[in-house]
Amino acid sequence: MYVAVKGGEAAIDNAHAWLASERRGDTDVAELSIAQIREQLSLAVNRVMAEGSLYDPDLAALAIKQARGDLIEAIFLIRAYRTTLPRFGLSNAIETADMACDRRISATFKDLPGGQVLGPTFDYTHRLLDFALAAEGGERPEVATRPADPAPMPHVTGFLNRDDLIEQEPVGDDTPSDLTREPLEFPATRALRLQSLSRGDEGFVLSMAYSTQRGYGRNHPFVGELRVGTVAVEMDIPELGFAVEIGEVQVTECETVNQFAGSKTEKPKFTRGYGLCFGHTERKAISMALVDRALRWKELGEDNVGAPAQDEEFVLSHSDNIQASGFLEHIKLPHYVDFQSELELVRKLRAEVERSQTAPTQEAAE
Amino acid sequence: MTQSGQYNFAYLDEQTKRMIRRALLKGLAIPGYQVPFASREMPMPYGWGTGGVQVTAACLVPEDCLKVIDQGADDTTNAVSIRKFFQRTAGVDVTEQTTASTVIQTRHRIPETPLREGQILVYQVPIPEPLRFIEPRETETRKMHALAEYGLMHVKLYEDIARHGAISTAYAYPVSVEGRYVMDPSPIPKFDNPKMEMAGIQLFGAGREQRIYALPPYTRVVSLDFEDYPFDPMRAEHPCDMCGAEDTYLDEVIIDDAGGRMFVCSDTDHCTARRAAGHRGRLAATEDAA
Repeated sequence: MYVAVKGGEAAIDNAHAWLASERRGDTDVAELSIAQIREQLSLAVNRVMAEGSLYDPDLAALAIKQARGDLIEAIFLIRAYRTTLPRFGLSNAIETADMACDRRISATFKDLPGGQVLGPTFDYTHRLLDFALAAEGGERPEVATRPADPAPMPHVTGFLNRDDLIEQEPVGDDTPSDLTREPLEFPATRALRLQSLSRGDEGFVLSMAYSTQRGYGRNHPFVGELRVGTVAVEMDIPELGFAVEIGEVQVTECETVNQFAGSKTEKPKFTRGYGLCFGHTERKAISMALVDRALRWKELGEDNVGAPAQDEEFVLSHSDNIQASGFLEHIKLPHYVDFQSELELVRKLRAEVERSQTAPTQEAAE
Repeated sequence: MTQSGQYNFAYLDEQTKRMIRRALLKGLAIPGYQVPFASREMPMPYGWGTGGVQVTAACLVPEDCLKVIDQGADDTTNAVSIRKFFQRTAGVDVTEQTTASTVIQTRHRIPETPLREGQILVYQVPIPEPLRFIEPRETETRKMHALAEYGLMHVKLYEDIARHGAISTAYAYPVSVEGRYVMDPSPIPKFDNPKMEMAGIQLFGAGREQRIYALPPYTRVVSLDFEDYPFDPMRAEHPCDMCGAEDTYLDEVIIDDAGGRMFVCSDTDHCTARRAAGHRGRLAATEDAA
């Protein structure tokens, strides 16, 4: 007999309890601590911070634990928490030229001031499962160290700039707008595009960037420089009248040197793409730089070849994984009222087709 | 601060609510126009009603009595979840009775009981742009609205008739508001479209798409059609098997694996009230006995 979907409330409570139990898993296995996630799954933590737009490794680790390792779910938890935080003010722009680099490489020069610093990278590892890791109780390996080099590590694009071989980036003091505080409207400024890409889904930005490499809006990128390290965050304190360092964040910055542009009146010079993300997230930062460059076709006077990565509205409207997964997954919510209306419509249309098919034969019989 | 003490009344901070109220007032001043607003990231997913939740949060006052429905029912899981959210964060009274409520948040239905003046109906909207499936670009559709250039929509409806013999839109059926803006009524069945000319205030929130729009009371809302193919608010041709109503929107419920089915009001409050008043449908007796 008719059973109404009563008991939704009890079902939800039970589902939540089961979920919490599944999250914990087998109690014979020790529970994960936040510190373990923060220290040993740091690249997951970095992704959650980058796409969650909130720099807090402990909260990101908590979100990963709560989300059972589903990083998009963890990013969602961080975003929802971030919305509730009061805003005290704006920091000054971080100075990535002063970064304490853990890693800094340039693909465009063999060597350069500050040197090539490989840092902790997977790049030249052989992807062979290390079964020794399966055994617990491993010691932390000794790492060769040397005293920090106080010499500055200037940006590669600065060298090209000196010879006017690359486009100058305009300098501005304007506070860029914030797409988490104002509705995104098109055309968007480059600053807004960069914000959107920086918190966009890594997979989406990666695929968009990859598509440009395969010819859908190719822009001939070289990794001028990729640097990962720690920068100071400073904030002007009005009462003091000067800027105070309020903390440090790890960021990944990628500057690409791209396809040159020029004309009869202007000498050819290289153009740039830019990527910057929280944490050690270099796949994302490089992807971001390529997509940033692809989106700049208009200001650089290039052709729109109709490539997806050139389409600002397409890229920015679909880069956010919280929006995308929410809207995608909402189709599992009840839609039976709409489905019923479609059912009735299809039945009506079918009845009309049947009527029109039977009508002429009747006439013929008559 | 509410009982939980952690969040502001109705979750959102006052500045955010103020920003939303401004968008709502603008929407009410220009009925059917989509007002961009700085939608916040809510603690429920986009697609679950974040737009409606933000609009409700901006409207609620402590004296309000809230009703939340999804598919016309108060006890569907997402309706339960949203109602619980506001009970926890705003501590307002809640009800399942349309007549007892002051604010109703809905997904996919308009209650059968006509709203009275002073009541607010908040719709959850997935895609606020009625032209979106004709033109995917927001930059283009905004222009089309600005110029009231709705020819493409009529062509689409005409093509439906040419291909299927009828306008093949069954829900989210586009409407014209006061002869100016073409508006998406949210995915309500077209059966509900005529109810949109009502005494209550209708507010529409699309969180992910960052749009708010509104209809003041007694606004003229006309479903798009042609003279020779007039709008047809379709429903299943059955009376409700529980309360016998012949003028309500019905859900079709499959009751066995031999093609057996029953039809029952999708508006659970309306159906319950009718049965309490003694109305009985075809299968109500067996239900009562059970």
